[in-house]
Amino acid sequence: MRAALTPHYWLLTTNMLKSFFYYFIFPGFLFAASVGLIAGWVDRKVTARLQWRKGPPWHQNFTDIVKLIGKEVIVPANGRWVFLLAPFIGLLAASLVAALVGVSIIHPQQSFVGDLIVVLYLLTIPAISMIIAASSCGNPLASVGASREIKLVLGYELPFIISIVAMAIKSSGAIQLGSILNIQAAYGSNIASWSGFFAFIVVIFCIQAKLGFVPFDASEAEQEIVGGVLIDYSGVLLALFKLTKAVLLYTLPLFMIILFMGKDLSLLFLALKYTGILVIIILIKNTNPRLRIDQAMRFFWGPVTLLAIAALILASIGL
Amino acid sequence: MNLTSKALTKSIGVFHAACSPCNNCDIEILDALTPKHDLERFGITLVGSARHADVLLVTGVPNYKTAERLKKLYLQTAKPCLVVAVGGCACGRIMFRDSYNSPCAVDEIVPVDLYIPGCPPKPEALIAGVVKLLAKLRGK
Repeated sequence: MRAALTPHYWLLTTNMLKSFFYYFIFPGFLFAASVGLIAGWVDRKVTARLQWRKGPPWHQNFTDIVKLIGKEVIVPANGRWVFLLAPFIGLLAASLVAALVGVSIIHPQQSFVGDLIVVLYLLTIPAISMIIAASSCGNPLASVGASREIKLVLGYELPFIISIVAMAIKSSGAIQLGSILNIQAAYGSNIASWSGFFAFIVVIFCIQAKLGFVPFDASEAEQEIVGGVLIDYSGVLLALFKLTKAVLLYTLPLFMIILFMGKDLSLLFLALKYTGILVIIILIKNTNPRLRIDQAMRFFWGPVTLLAIAALILASIGL
Repeated sequence: MNLTSKALTKSIGVFHAACSPCNNCDIEILDALTPKHDLERFGITLVGSARHADVLLVTGVPNYKTAERLKKLYLQTAKPCLVVAVGGCACGRIMFRDSYNSPCAVDEIVPVDLYIPGCPPKPEALIAGVVKLLAKLRGK
């Protein structure tokens, strides 16, 4: 059998293995989930310290995942397949973004034209999988959560896309993550310009909503609709949703670094920038109350969209 | 003892099942979860949905309506799920034993793993009880 394999096949298999490695291990699922779970612990620890508590140990989020794997999975009688598939769809999409973003940081030349648009599409899929999951289980509280999640997606996607278009214009029309990085390496980070600064503020609010953190966690509101979209999930399926959250907590700040702070991406600076964005997110989370869904919509379609449009105009006149 | 049950002892989602209590035990449970005692450092968190629960904290004497609902609630949880009876009422119905609206005790409806007596038990007693529960889990 081995003799039958021509060099062409070997190349194909090694390329496939490489893609699998990128997707599942580094910088895809495994690495992204591990970093994301540790970032989730940083979130819990900082929250605890802000409340004068001690906080959980560093492995707490890993322990939670392992515990959930050992628990029973309860599946509702109707909507069985959708209920089972939805968490996988979300996690697969989030891991793919992690792999795309990670590869374009390590090898900016290997990214393809238009991957910015692919990333934008893939980043909405975890939210859509949550909506599908919540609607499939037939729980009234979950359907309230799903309707809020839909409204939230409609709310934050508009300013998010406008400010990313502004950054694409700022990087002389590039829609490729690698070339956005190269342009920033040559002409300085986008955040140092006025348009970049405004767009950065807009995207910070949008990823807060994408991560489902306070003040934009109306769809999960533990105290009000007891977990909302995730109310009927248990065991491994709940663990998959937690992993999706962890992967997004790794990916979204990294995506922001590519868009806004692509100047110096040595390992130390990358870690510092990631931690900086994480701290901003955690501080917003800990100093704000939950917004009602109509307040969140008004916030995103009002001041945030105006700020994004301002960034777009400033970018198109070259500021 | 395998990995997942070891993880269970380090990460406990607590669901608060109030079966017509007088609210004193519930206040003490909330006190135990406040920053002063900080149960999150042992991985103990309050969860909103019964599906996410690892421990049901039952307070009060079940009446005809809540007895039915407590049974349903226990069936809805993902197993393994432990039940803790908090307070004298949940442990043994104390002075409500012969009351007209009290059909049965908590442990006649669901299997109780731990009894924490007291009227109401202090947060320290709750934490001592949880430590004994964890010792029982590790011993299994």
